[in-house]
Amino acid sequence: MAGRTLYDKVWDAHVVGVRRDGQTMIYIDQQLLHEVTSPQAFEGLALAERMPWRIDANLATPDHNVPTLNRSLGIDGITDLVAREQVETLDMNCRRYGIRQFDILDQRQGIVHVIGPEQGATLPGMTIVCGDSHTSTHGAFAALAQGIGTSDVEHVLATQCLVQAKAGNFSLRVDGELDKGVSAKDLILAIIGRIGTAGANAHTVEFRGQTIRALTMEGRMTLCNMAIECGARAGMVAVDDTTFDYVAGRPFAPTGSRWDEAVACWRTLVSDDDAIFDKEIVIDAGRLVPQVSWGTSPEMVVGVDEAVPNPARVSDAGQAEAIERALQYMGLKADQPITDIRLDRIFIGSCTNSRIEDLRAAAGLVRGKRVASSVKQALVVPGSGLVKAQAEAEGLAEVFLEAGFEWRDAGCSMCLAMNPDRLGPGEHCASTSNRNFEGRQGHGGRTHLVSPAMAAAAAVHGRFVDVRKLL
Amino acid sequence: MTPFIRESGTVLPLNRVNVDTDQIIPKQYLKSIRRSGFGDNLFDGWRYLDEGEFGMTLNERRINHEFVLNDPRYQAPRILLAKENFGCGSSREHAVWALMEFGFRCVIAPSFADIFLSNCFKNGLLPIVLNEEIILELFELATRKQAMDLTVDLPGQTVELPDRRQIHFDMDPIRKETLLKGLDEIELTMAHRASIEAFEAVHRRAQPWLFDKETCS
Ligand code: SF4
Repeated sequence: MAGRTLYDKVWDAHVVGVRRDGQTMIYIDQQLLHEVTSPQAFEGLALAERMPWRIDANLATPDHNVPTLNRSLGIDGITDLVAREQVETLDMNCRRYGIRQFDILDQRQGIVHVIGPEQGATLPGMTIVCGDSHTSTHGAFAALAQGIGTSDVEHVLATQCLVQAKAGNFSLRVDGELDKGVSAKDLILAIIGRIGTAGANAHTVEFRGQTIRALTMEGRMTLCNMAIECGARAGMVAVDDTTFDYVAGRPFAPTGSRWDEAVACWRTLVSDDDAIFDKEIVIDAGRLVPQVSWGTSPEMVVGVDEAVPNPARVSDAGQAEAIERALQYMGLKADQPITDIRLDRIFIGSCTNSRIEDLRAAAGLVRGKRVASSVKQALVVPGSGLVKAQAEAEGLAEVFLEAGFEWRDAGCSMCLAMNPDRLGPGEHCASTSNRNFEGRQGHGGRTHLVSPAMAAAAAVHGRFVDVRKLL
Repeated sequence: MTPFIRESGTVLPLNRVNVDTDQIIPKQYLKSIRRSGFGDNLFDGWRYLDEGEFGMTLNERRINHEFVLNDPRYQAPRILLAKENFGCGSSREHAVWALMEFGFRCVIAPSFADIFLSNCFKNGLLPIVLNEEIILELFELATRKQAMDLTVDLPGQTVELPDRRQIHFDMDPIRKETLLKGLDEIELTMAHRASIEAFEAVHRRAQPWLFDKETCS
């Protein structure tokens, strides 16, 4: 028998059986819940008079809607009454069923994809779901983590199973050493730029190779987080000591002899040498430069040393039209150098880049400097209350504040602008988030996806600069 | 779930690639705790010139007459014709709810994003994949002076053109069955309660750390 991939192994270990209609049921170990995609699921459950299958497999937190100012006011701080009702509904549903929630006032509250790993609720080999596409983040732990729709949230609550067909295996090997100032974010942006937003459709991508092994867990999370932006069902990274070192000692992680037992089991969570992948790509990271997205799709990305593309030089008519449309929305000219783009706002945050290492990288570039006077607002929004506390303890908050950044409370914030943090029409933003779709950060807003270091440097200079020259 | 058997109606051609769920239903409408009320805000950012907020009524809005949905040719469309990678981005099922509430029963595209596709089947919105060549032809037909009507027949797996030509589409037999009958997914799985319990018992023995996680409050 041929060897198995990491995805095969986690999948096989969770197959409950084949349903009468021929579909496969896989068992779900952990579900993460937030206020936006769960209310209709809980409502469905109640209407059908069903109970959650396994309460302890769920963990909830409000993140999308919560304001990032005046947190001490709790729910009363949410001025938008509709958003407030949603957060209250999550509270009510969690209380009703006894589901553990880190509520708006809990220091452990934060973006679901930040708190899962932070709490050790994300463990190697798990199957994890959440009504949010960036659930792929947790694949950094060799977990099979997938975003699902609300009907499936209800289905998992009721049955602890997800019903689906298996995806294909996609090996994405990255070799070579990342240059100083080039991060996991630049790597994943470059990958999406190369394979496209549908490049991994219907596949689970395993990120492999020497570059991936050298990444920290936080870097791997950034990478897997954006696997969904190339259409992947899930992104995964095999375990190694980096994984175990990160997980050890976290609140929900096993301890004592259970820990040893778990690690022995987790050690198998790597693809076999003779495993067969349906698709394979090799990328050389050695030549990678910091990336900046210029358009309205994450695949519209180039190196900071390049220029905005010219549709006249693209042969495919459909593609040229898409570029043209994007340039118009973004208010950019063909062939304009990336370093000419001036920024109105800076956003450092989101489940892609709001962890402590991201904040350290960003702070490194603003220490002793000032946000450019042309920049209207520069926001730092830590991924969780605990990340915030740690950054304050390390003196990073002060660095940001002294430079003229705003230091906020944890949440999704300007990543999708459901709370009051948003761009105005036509404003350009250097953002460490993951999506640059039209209107994503506010009606008419123009998002440029970059790494934390690139965003920080852009704040200081008021335009994009190549961070490699600053380090 | 709403069953799907056979539907006829006007085709709305949406000539853009990578239409993401943020475009289908923008985030400000996701604050709702209900499953309905999204139809008026389908493609909100393209359909109106002003920025929409939750709770606004239609007559307060400034219509974007350039956008195809507001083209008088396409009255009450039932079938959406789209380009590659339709429904990418956020997992929000609200995108499917909005399309259905507006009146769409079927989306035809060369390819769909994974989560969106799965959400379609959960609600009875039929996603049909056809090859690029046929899609281009359909776009040509649908953008003429007179809108085009199509008939989609799930049992026979055909799309019927006005000139009676029938185009076959592939469909997973299981998904077809579920759609035809409008089966309740949870019920289907619950019929296997014993298998889930048996699996769970074995799983608990193999990886006990996944269960009885310490409760810290
Ligand atoms: S930070 Fe952004 S991408 Fe991440 S979960 Fe929140 S809204 Fe979604």
